[in-house]
Amino acid sequence: MARFIERHPAWALIVIIAVAVLAWMVFAIWPPGLEAAIGRKRVFLNAVLNGITLGGLYFLVASGFTLIFGLMRNVNLAHGSLYLFGGYIGYAVSTWTGSWILSFIVAFIAVALVGVILQLAVFRRMEGQDLRQTMVTIGLSIVFADLMLWVFGGDFYQVQTPAWLIGPVQLPLLTAIKSSGEPVYLQYPLVRLVIFLASVVIGVAMWLALNRTRIGMIVRAGVDDRDILAATGVRIQLVFVLVFALGAGLAGIAGVVGGTFQSLSPGEDTRFLLASLVVVIVGGMGSIPGAALGAVIIGLAEQLGSVYIPTYAIVVTFLIMVLVLAVRPQGLLARR
Amino acid sequence: MSLLQSTQFRPDPSANATRRAWIRAWPELQNPAAWLVALILVIMPLIANGFFLIEIFATTLILGIIALSLMFLAGYGGMVSLMQLTIAGFAGYMVAVFGISGNANISLGWPWWLATPMALALATLFGTLGGALAVRTEGIYTIMITLAIGAAFYYFTNQNWAIFNGHTGINTVATPQFWGVDWRSDIAFYYVTLGVAAICYFAVQYVSRAPFGLALQGVRDNSRRMAALGFNPNAHRIAAYAFAAFIAALGGVLQVWNYRQISPGSVSVGACIDVLIIAVVGGITRPIGPFIGALIFVLLRTFALDVLIKFGLDGNRFRLLIGLGFLAIVFWSSDGVIGLWERWRRNASPTQRPGGGRHG
Repeated sequence: MARFIERHPAWALIVIIAVAVLAWMVFAIWPPGLEAAIGRKRVFLNAVLNGITLGGLYFLVASGFTLIFGLMRNVNLAHGSLYLFGGYIGYAVSTWTGSWILSFIVAFIAVALVGVILQLAVFRRMEGQDLRQTMVTIGLSIVFADLMLWVFGGDFYQVQTPAWLIGPVQLPLLTAIKSSGEPVYLQYPLVRLVIFLASVVIGVAMWLALNRTRIGMIVRAGVDDRDILAATGVRIQLVFVLVFALGAGLAGIAGVVGGTFQSLSPGEDTRFLLASLVVVIVGGMGSIPGAALGAVIIGLAEQLGSVYIPTYAIVVTFLIMVLVLAVRPQGLLARR
Repeated sequence: MSLLQSTQFRPDPSANATRRAWIRAWPELQNPAAWLVALILVIMPLIANGFFLIEIFATTLILGIIALSLMFLAGYGGMVSLMQLTIAGFAGYMVAVFGISGNANISLGWPWWLATPMALALATLFGTLGGALAVRTEGIYTIMITLAIGAAFYYFTNQNWAIFNGHTGINTVATPQFWGVDWRSDIAFYYVTLGVAAICYFAVQYVSRAPFGLALQGVRDNSRRMAALGFNPNAHRIAAYAFAAFIAALGGVLQVWNYRQISPGSVSVGACIDVLIIAVVGGITRPIGPFIGALIFVLLRTFALDVLIKFGLDGNRFRLLIGLGFLAIVFWSSDGVIGLWERWRRNASPTQRPGGGRHG
């Protein structure tokens, strides 16, 4: 952090000012002039919170994608299909057993198993052939999409939110002061907050696992130079399988999350594939903190964009990607 | 990287120089099979009825043109771009926006001879800018970025009502009529597509042997060495994107004339990937590959339903068939149907030297 400020004082200043303005807009009571210019504070706060929680969901999808890419140089374009598959599994389990928590566990295991099978049966056979692997994942995404359309049809599904998470919660964020002097606080759906906290916990756990454990050390070494790692006697194929299983499982969990606060239907796979692509391009390939930063930026851009410039929202997301590619082609937090 | 084999020509030392240069420039003129295919294509309206002429052959040629632009980028430039259909779709939208269509509040109502060059120019610009963005990274990143561009365009057309008319798209686009000919009538339109396809095919063939094309292949094989020789690799890559964008835009204009409407469905991510499938299944080592791939794709798309039902299967599983076929091609023949054909011919006559080695 200190080094970043030292090396890029101008950028650091811009970032600090942007964060300060955002913090003021979140915590202060807006003067009437501002409300007249860009609308109610409640709308803005809702968009910000929606953006951050959507960022949590994007992080879950993109972290698996970036982990798999970082270690195996495999651009898994079937990642969106894994997401959708996890969502459908979660939906089936939660309607069958009625347990929301169980649906996460089953979705994680089922999709992780698919990942293991993919790694063992397909990608291991064409190691080092990046382009061919990517082509195979494209073919797989078509096959998966059609198989899922076959089984689940074109309907919309939504995973049932458990009773203890339904309803809004009052946040200590002022939206306005009534004329009687009574403060008005923001109401926000509890389930989105819980899911966001869970994704933060998962993110921190992944960071700790990568930076503080032996397995994490092996994975990080593999990201840097897998040939040397294999030469030191590590069973690299086992590491590959485990990482692929973890990445796929995270996509499965994300599918259940997405099915809870959005919906599941054919086409969602492409949407989340695009989201993870953009998040990873913005944040930096193979970097977990980069995925987190990119996910929050893209989530915020998407939600704020859809509130304030509805017909051009996607352009904002896209412009962010273009800007990052122009200034820092390797992504914001990538090392190289 | 065996997908990207070079197609460099091996000269025959015994022939004299001018004749050799001529053959080197246009080898298909020496091939009787090529003359036969050309003859069949020209007299096709005598053989086929309107349905086959438009739904099969014209559609094949249009998809082939779009896939040809991808083949040019991937085969000669080593850049697998998934946004070629997006460029084509952009050109189609521009024809609809500048020209005459049923949506009078959007279309500007320009005559076709003004709207079409405008659409071609804008789409080429769009493709060049996208390419300039994509060349900032290399290899598999190109796929990701071009896919992101394609997907972003798809969602944008869905959201935007002012220019692209949202998810309903633009309908009843006018097609050119002049010299007393309705150029969208079956036979006339078939000849238009055939002509454009032939021009694109020979243009790609020519450029691949022109100094620019050779330099591009050099950049593909070893960009560092080319940079050391004084070439500018990125400028060559961007120029290749511009050329490919123009070809894709031609295909897009023909496509919007063919269907007379354009909607976000025509530029969906699935359709972008279809173009990649067409090019890879046909083979991305030769310009003829995309047309073969397109013919297979169109035949499957048109008749898979009937065939699947005849075998007692669900007719809606056409995409599953396409996906599995694509997987099989990627697994077993990395240079597509052309590769299979060449391998079969090589096995039939073992004395012949295998063509197209890789030069680093």
